[in-house]
Amino acid sequence: MSDQRIVILGAGHAGGSVAAFLRQYGHTGPIAIIGDEPVLPYQRPPLSKAWLKGEAGEDDLQLRPPSFYEEASVEVRLGVRATAIDREAHTVALSDGSSLAYGKLILAMGARARPLPAPGTDLAGVYVLRTAADAEALKSELTPGRRLMIVGGGYVGLEVAASGRALGAEVTVIEREPRLLARVAGEALSGFFHGYHGARGVRFVLGGSVSAIEGEGGKVSAVVLDHGERLPCDVVLVGVGAIPNQELAQAAGLACQDGVVVDGQARTDDPDIYAIGDLTRRPLPLYNRAFRLESVPSALEQAKQAAADITGFKPPPPEVPWFWSDQYDLKLQIAGLPFDVDHLIVRGDPLSAKFAVFHMSGDLIQAVEAVNSPAEFMGGRLLIGARRPVSREKLADPAISMKEVGV
Amino acid sequence: MAKITYIEHGGTEHSVDVRNGLSVMEGAIKNNVPGIDADCGGACACATCHVYVDDAWREKTGSASAMEESMLDFAQNVEPNSRLSCQIRVTDALDGLIVRLPEDQH
Repeated sequence: MSDQRIVILGAGHAGGSVAAFLRQYGHTGPIAIIGDEPVLPYQRPPLSKAWLKGEAGEDDLQLRPPSFYEEASVEVRLGVRATAIDREAHTVALSDGSSLAYGKLILAMGARARPLPAPGTDLAGVYVLRTAADAEALKSELTPGRRLMIVGGGYVGLEVAASGRALGAEVTVIEREPRLLARVAGEALSGFFHGYHGARGVRFVLGGSVSAIEGEGGKVSAVVLDHGERLPCDVVLVGVGAIPNQELAQAAGLACQDGVVVDGQARTDDPDIYAIGDLTRRPLPLYNRAFRLESVPSALEQAKQAAADITGFKPPPPEVPWFWSDQYDLKLQIAGLPFDVDHLIVRGDPLSAKFAVFHMSGDLIQAVEAVNSPAEFMGGRLLIGARRPVSREKLADPAISMKEVGV
Repeated sequence: MAKITYIEHGGTEHSVDVRNGLSVMEGAIKNNVPGIDADCGGACACATCHVYVDDAWREKTGSASAMEESMLDFAQNVEPNSRLSCQIRVTDALDGLIVRLPEDQH
């Protein structure tokens, strides 16, 4: 059935993309996107990078121009959200009191910033970074000399630290773990970023837990650590991870486990409901496990899976998960995930800011973190996807091409 | 402003006006030209905005940076006139540019 109405809940990168893939793959019936933000689908990655530094405008963020939705007959309803799913009746109740019937439903509600479990996060000047509105508010605060306190040394925190320095702010990053990027990267990379940011004026408090955020006259004035130290500041960004917006799915009785559980075609346990993007816990065939990936490439892959399954189009080939981050003049590209790793191989010299860290399981590459090293990223990604063993000696030698390291 | 012609793998042509300062990739996205995925949005991180630059335009579009070269080196179906379209900035000098799109960006 290619003429049934498809309703997409969520107008982010996943929701906007799946509408486009559905049309590309031949769906002729009505498509409606429901989004709670007041803007058309846009790209979130630049919010902490180019956009925050003022190097990209609002237009540049748009996933597709407004004319796309008109030409493709995709109805977009903004500033509304779904309040309930009636699986039996195949309807969705919306916050404006209306209800919408669906043939297939695609959940793409994404994730929201994990709240900091400390008092004071409601003070003016305390931000999270998830939406364009968040970024707009934060950007207006980052001026020369302003003291920015970033809680969380993950990618969002480090990207904002770099952007904040570019804008002249004084930046401190507080990380609960003893090293940066503790949840997502190896130690070599953590140490490298620590040094690189430090050399550009970012201060770090590692192993530091925030017990409270203090204010004066309703406006943030300091962050207090659990051992009592008080760090005065003007602005706080909380970047301590994201939690999936799965409540609607849960209330509808769909299987959820820190994310809506889907299969390799983005199907939930209801044959007429799909879920894609940051919201989902998805299978990773390369690693024999399920995981919640927060990344644009994963959202796009799942958007293709869902659109292909609905239209009968050929399913996309499985992809190696990948990620990227821009900080200062550094381009970090990551392929794969560091599961079941027994040793690391560093290729190149971190001091030259051009190197790659390979996470190995025996002779197989599980993941590669490549700093200013696109060949290591691209070559590594292919080797990971092919499950092709490599020569460890050759891999460790930057003089040997990435095309020659496989065995 | 430059008029750019994007030719899909199947032969369909799209001639559109692209303002200076945008990339050739952005020109395609903003004009609903299919066939350029641009998964990373222009960060030179993914090689899914691969195009073949018409031979007459290779000099004017300049040469690829080392970063772009390395990305292209591992992309599919690469030819001597392959470029990542997010790395080509539009100027008046590119008025009339013709690029061809590969069958698939992945």
